Amino acid sequence: MLMLTCPNCGVTGEESEFAPGGEAHLKRHGPGSSDEEFHAYLFAKENPRGVHFERWRHANGCGKWFHAARCTATLEVFGTYSAQTTEPPKDIKDKISAKRPGWSWREVE
Amino acid sequence: MPDARSALDGASEAGFVKVEEMGLQGMITLRGDLAAEELQAAATAATGVDMPDRTGIRTARDGGNALAWMAPDELLVMVPYAEAEERLAQIQAALEGRHVLAVNVSDARALFRLSGGPQVREVVAKLCPVDMAPAAFGPGMFRRTRLAQVPAAFHMPDADSMVIVCFRSVAHYVYKLLCDAAATDSEVRYHV
Ligand SMILES: [Zn+2]
Repeated sequence: MLMLTCPNCGVTGEESEFAPGGEAHLKRHGPGSSDEEFHAYLFAKENPRGVHFERWRHANGCGKWFHAARCTATLEVFGTYSAQTTEPPKDIKDKISAKRPGWSWREVE
Repeated sequence: MPDARSALDGASEAGFVKVEEMGLQGMITLRGDLAAEELQAAATAATGVDMPDRTGIRTARDGGNALAWMAPDELLVMVPYAEAEERLAQIQAALEGRHVLAVNVSDARALFRLSGGPQVREVVAKLCPVDMAPAAFGPGMFRRTRLAQVPAAFHMPDADSMVIVCFRSVAHYVYKLLCDAAATDSEVRYHV
């Protein structure tokens, strides 16, 4: 079972109270970008076994978006954090390093 | 204009706890900066109730008025049905020019009461992915969640009763779910 804690309202709920929003921290490539960039933005998503960063929405709760760092293999959640950021905060990365030494995700490590 | 009627006209059924549709309730959605003094003052002036904490509800002593925390920028203002328009106008006047939204949503909602003992927890625990252990949830808390397949919210006016809020459009579905979950001899006896 995947349990998430919404940082906006503090509620810890079971997965079905939330709606998944796909991979986190994507850089949007729109008009003016190259075909390769636009293609990568639309289709080239991470699908790791292990540490992953995602967007989630507390759909049946406070309604707000947030970010979650979790392990796709064990469903362990390393932490959740504000949606208003473009990269994982240091404290989240430190927590992951403590449990998954040597981890990396895209350019993040 | 014909008189307003609640979704199920006060339908009720007795199982191991009683399920009843509560009738009309005035409800105003107030959205804005909940930390703003003006907003807090307007909400309190309209209800006589202090601001609730995050994910909490504060109810007036007579039980008619309440303020429930819905989201970081959303408050649910509960007043008597007949007073909703008047209270809404009062809030809007108090917050004139501010970046807020206040809407009368009374007719968009349905309310149910479960009563008859601490087993009301069992009914909700069957339908919602929420820890209903007495140590985890109790009076004064307000929880928005999923009830079977629809969004809902609930709180406990006291240890022996539960109030459930849902959209009016799914009132019949929710009523049937609650009656089914409260059916006689279907207690799970996990929490109480
Ligand atoms: Zn939330």
